Amino acid sequence: MKNYIKYTVVLALGLLACEPELENPIAEDNFYTSGSADLSSFVAVGNSLTAGYADGALYITGQENSFPKILAGQFEFAGGGAFTQPLMADNRGGFAGLEGFPNRFVLAPGADGLSPTRLSGSPASDFTNILSGPFNNMGVPGAKSFHLGLSGYGNAAGVSAGTANPYFVRFASAPDATVITDAVAQNPTFFTLWIGNNDVLSFATSGGVGIDQTGNLNPATYGANDITDPNVFASVYSGYVDALTTATPDGILVNIPDVTTIPYFTTVPFAALSPQNPDFGPQIPTLNATFAPINQAYAFLGVPERSIQFNQNAASAVVIKDESMADISAQLTQVLIGGGLDVATATVLGQQYGQSRQANENDLLVLPSSSIIGEPNLEYLQQLIAMGVPQELAAQLSVNGITFPLQDQYTLTASEQELVATAQTAYNQTIAALATANDLILIDAEAILSQIAATGISYDAGTLTSTFATGGAFSLDGVHPTPRGYAHIANVMIAAINEKYDATIPVVNIGDYNTVNISTSTE
Amino acid sequence: MKKLLGLAIFLSACTLCYGGGYRVALQGQRALAMGHTGVAYVNSAELAFFNPAGLVYLEDRLNVSAGVSGVFSDVTWQNETYGLAAKTDSPIGTPFYLYGSYAATEWLSVGLAVYTPYGSSVEWPTDWAGSHLVNNIELQAIFVQPLVSLKISDKLSVGGGPIFVTGKVNFNRNANRTLTDLEGNRANVTVDDSGVTNWGWSLATMFNFTDHFRIGAHYRSEIILDSEKGTATFDNFPNDSGQPLVVNPTTVIPSNGTTGFKASLPMPGEMTVGVSYDNEKWAFNFDFTRTFWDVYNNLDIEFSNGGEAINPRNYKNSSTYKFGLQYNANQQIALRAGYYFDESPVREGYFAPETPRNDADGFTAGISFAINDRLAIDASFLYLRFEEVDASYDFYTENGRNVPFGGTYKSSAFVPGIGLSYKL
Repeated sequence: MKNYIKYTVVLALGLLACEPELENPIAEDNFYTSGSADLSSFVAVGNSLTAGYADGALYITGQENSFPKILAGQFEFAGGGAFTQPLMADNRGGFAGLEGFPNRFVLAPGADGLSPTRLSGSPASDFTNILSGPFNNMGVPGAKSFHLGLSGYGNAAGVSAGTANPYFVRFASAPDATVITDAVAQNPTFFTLWIGNNDVLSFATSGGVGIDQTGNLNPATYGANDITDPNVFASVYSGYVDALTTATPDGILVNIPDVTTIPYFTTVPFAALSPQNPDFGPQIPTLNATFAPINQAYAFLGVPERSIQFNQNAASAVVIKDESMADISAQLTQVLIGGGLDVATATVLGQQYGQSRQANENDLLVLPSSSIIGEPNLEYLQQLIAMGVPQELAAQLSVNGITFPLQDQYTLTASEQELVATAQTAYNQTIAALATANDLILIDAEAILSQIAATGISYDAGTLTSTFATGGAFSLDGVHPTPRGYAHIANVMIAAINEKYDATIPVVNIGDYNTVNISTSTE
Repeated sequence: MKKLLGLAIFLSACTLCYGGGYRVALQGQRALAMGHTGVAYVNSAELAFFNPAGLVYLEDRLNVSAGVSGVFSDVTWQNETYGLAAKTDSPIGTPFYLYGSYAATEWLSVGLAVYTPYGSSVEWPTDWAGSHLVNNIELQAIFVQPLVSLKISDKLSVGGGPIFVTGKVNFNRNANRTLTDLEGNRANVTVDDSGVTNWGWSLATMFNFTDHFRIGAHYRSEIILDSEKGTATFDNFPNDSGQPLVVNPTTVIPSNGTTGFKASLPMPGEMTVGVSYDNEKWAFNFDFTRTFWDVYNNLDIEFSNGGEAINPRNYKNSSTYKFGLQYNANQQIALRAGYYFDESPVREGYFAPETPRNDADGFTAGISFAINDRLAIDASFLYLRFEEVDASYDFYTENGRNVPFGGTYKSSAFVPGIGLSYKL
């Protein structure tokens, strides 16, 4: 009898070891392969797009969904090694005590429904807190092409002067280390390089307030919002490719997207003024009457195309300042005086409308303009009052985009877009040529983003588009992808790796990746 | 109110359906060892479950059987396209039974049966790839049934009685595939209820061609548990406002906190017919069971915070074919073996990971050891063999669109059991 009990117990214990097993488990070696590529040490070099930046900040959950992290997760099936990232200290983003690095955006409920709102509260990340690396993710938000090879870019002492980047300070191996030397020092067996976006993007997102530095070969003299000279770009970029390919012959170069395909420029329409708007619609007759003498003056001066006219039945174009046009303030003032206007008022109007026009379909309004259009410009209002303009008139003349022309930083005009496109095209030619010359994969990010903007990317629960906030591809800063957007980029890369190296790495399901965060709490 | 954010899902039917894909057929060690047969076999108090009409034919005045099983059941899943894999780490289920019958007169026996025909637990890794369908589920339903067994003649008897059911359920799943709070914690909801009760009945008959050759039939009614007093706890939603957050007319994010819910959870009726032949040395049983799973179309859950969840299940009636053999080696030892084929009620495209059940072959064996004339120890063992299956659940929706969740599943179940039979 005892034996039976004993056997029963033994049998029961034996069962604990009996687990269901699949015939071909994916965890088994060689289920997936990396083909001829060696993915054991993968280093990603670049800017915010490599770092996993989203929603206007770098924060942990964004970093965890960076495209290199997603790639590395899939590489693990095919010999990939550990992938480390210089994680921020929290999910707020931003740096404690450092201006210009605000917290991330979330979609928060407000009076007008959900709108992008920065989280409040002080960030936990301190850029002087140096992390011990090395890190596989060498993405440094804000870096331009020439920054990756810039000694001192990771020196905390240079942050206040703007010669160093706090994101790189956090994980540079030494104050004088460069991003590229720190990357190469890790002896990667595989790399991605995606740099150059900011060389045109900061000019574009700033509405073209910077300068096109084409022809100036000294990047040390560039301002933050300037366009990098394509020869400078080509020179530093080929240096990086040389450095990385000494470590490994296998890697990916990613080109620069067309900035006009991102929601930062496509969300606010040039005709942003709706007659249905109760703050604007009823004012239209008065406004048109106000602008009538100015329009007559424009006609007299031979520039009738500058006329300002608001439509009561359809959306009207905002009024913008276009620095590419001749400044006719003086002439306009004279004509207005000739028309019988008092000198003081004529001078104010001449100044205000000497270089303005209504926007057209070729102008792009930047995302931040959406929150100021139709709002009074208090700074200008004070200025007018100080000049002695009566309060009522001053108030009337200070409405952003209606009476007060949107300033340069809010619009990317056709000629400014041209400068961006020219430089971007030159950069991409360099990148494509280097990819071919070095037998590297070229990922056409320009085409990927154009496709998202034009037709969208179909996935299991819908279509990924570039529509702001709801399209799924772009985070709330209108520039950087969401985790789902990054996942799509990772998938394109995996497909390219599989093809080039005869590998069989699985893609991810982009439907499993998050988009924008909604929150009732902004603290 | 409108659908909750992409959560047309919320709760899957599985709550009780677990009993569906996983009707826990372990209602007697002797019967289980013989392929879970016994609708026509007069042997022990296990008849209280298998065919109460047969109780009156038991030789002894008092018969008691009790036992418990340990269910070691796990499921492994993978999706080759995306390199996803997961395996359950389910706690050991312990279904039990207690049966007694007493011969009041020569033509009337009364009895009591307590058993757990539905219930088990499945625990996937939290936030696994299918966490929008289930993270974990635990279900238990206890049936309590007073019985009468009436001898109409030496050849024919009837039996049955009302069934009182008390059930409890705990079920957790994520709100959808992506929703998190600001720290990246996945939004999830836990539904919990216990003490859910209802009544049902069963009715059986047995016909004896001879003392050795019998047929039987037993019908157990469908019982629907209406859960109305339980709690639904919403965690890690990015909404602490206490009010549902209306994102757009079709998307609402519920607030964190606890609310109520209503759901109806069916336990289907089942009909068993069978035949048994036995002599001094041998016994042979064949049972056929038809389970009326078609009652299980949807699991609709209404949350008190205004949300609702519609989960199509669309089960079909299923059949089980069972064979059992007993050999009385000597006065003390009886050896048993059996086989059954268990057809899954889950249709193609409705294969959900909380009921990862395809057709199965059940192989059983067991032994009884008589300690004395009155008391015997019954041991049994069941191995349920499942084919590896490529399957998907296609009725989870996001943005009004069906988003299939599929891959390759492989289940296994090992169930050792031990029990006692007593007669006086």
